Amino acid sequence: MNNFIEAFLNVEIAVAASPILWMGLVQTVLLALMTVPLGMIAGLILAVLSAQESRWVRWPLIGFVDFFRAIPPLVLLIFLYAGLPFAGLDLGAWGAVALGFLLNTGAYYAEILRAGIESVPKGQSEAARALGLRRWQVWIFIVLPQAVRNVLPDLVSNTLEVVKLTSIASVVAVPELLFQARQAQSVTYNATPILMAALAYFILLWPCVRLLSRLENRQIAGRR
Amino acid sequence: MTGWDGFVFSFFNARVAADYAPKIVEGLLLTIWLALLVVLSGLALGLLLAVVRAAGIRVLNWAIIFTVDVFRALPPLVLIVLIYFGLPAAGLDLSGFGATWLALTLVLMAFAEEIFWAGICAVPRGQWEAGRALGLRFLPTLRRIVLPQAIRIAVPPLTNRTIAITKGTALGSVVAVSEILGAAQSGMSFSGNPTPLTLGAIAYLILFLPVVIAGRWVETRFRWKR
Repeated sequence: MNNFIEAFLNVEIAVAASPILWMGLVQTVLLALMTVPLGMIAGLILAVLSAQESRWVRWPLIGFVDFFRAIPPLVLLIFLYAGLPFAGLDLGAWGAVALGFLLNTGAYYAEILRAGIESVPKGQSEAARALGLRRWQVWIFIVLPQAVRNVLPDLVSNTLEVVKLTSIASVVAVPELLFQARQAQSVTYNATPILMAALAYFILLWPCVRLLSRLENRQIAGRR
Repeated sequence: MTGWDGFVFSFFNARVAADYAPKIVEGLLLTIWLALLVVLSGLALGLLLAVVRAAGIRVLNWAIIFTVDVFRALPPLVLIVLIYFGLPAAGLDLSGFGATWLALTLVLMAFAEEIFWAGICAVPRGQWEAGRALGLRFLPTLRRIVLPQAIRIAVPPLTNRTIAITKGTALGSVVAVSEILGAAQSGMSFSGNPTPLTLGAIAYLILFLPVVIAGRWVETRFRWKR
């Protein structure tokens, strides 16, 4: 038991590691604040485009989305970070992370929003057109508000996944929370910093998980 | 060398590809094996927790809800690192493979429990009452009447979640599991050429693209009509 406390709940190491863990937490929040809006905008553009009638527009977009949903984000990140420099394109760690996360989360948001848009009956946009609204007005005032409402739990869930995803940026040495915790762990040879990082993620994301659990139960129960 | 030749030499180098293809195939088999283990244990544990929760013992339910919340809030990579670097200090030494399996199993367990539980809740009360009125005990009612309906409701959300978590096997490369990504990265550093990484990406596409497309089909096929 003493060994356990020594290894996981070491107060001395916790105090020493907390400044760099705090810096890491700030970076994690910044990463999330960068990735979530960019991914949502990319996803929205992809989803609206793939709702077009023409299959020459729709099919390549579905292919694009499926491609980036099939590739694990870490593989994409390593490819951009370690592979692309061979083609003379060095994005750096932050650039690779930004582009990789944009492609991955954009594809997921696109898939969710596409389902949302499909769930809005065609009559809605036809009625709006008949009332004299322009195409962009139909999207902004009629289709998208209903689409977003219908898939709200999935959107929140994906946003939670995106925040969790930022942890893989540690693999390419972006100094976010997990990276700092691993640095502290390798210096002190003690697991306390990693446990502290886990605790920080939990405190940050627990409210989101609770909210989601309520939204999802309501949605699945509402299917009947 | 022109730009195009340089590009082919770097990313589609036939000689490097021939040298490292066997390693990538080994990695592919390891990825499939790890993914199957995770899916089996994760779904089984998730279903078990949902069934226990259906029994409605309050203290137990709080414990289940809290456990599920923990594993939904923690990034899988954080769990893998914690298990791999932390547990040896607690006297439990897991290999990288074991740590990745355990972490992903716990994550899938949490998501699966939530989805199965939501499915159970979606089955109308009358189904329970009718089963009990016909003289079935709690467990037979659950097994023969409620679960078949609940699982059908759970299939579409569960499919996509399971695919997403299975892709997490790539995280094993961080703790030295030589699955596809691990094999590709060591191939790249040995040969000084990113072709193994291209092979790795292709291997993932071969493995997951059909699954993603099948998932799309399952979602439309099993969706409950509103």
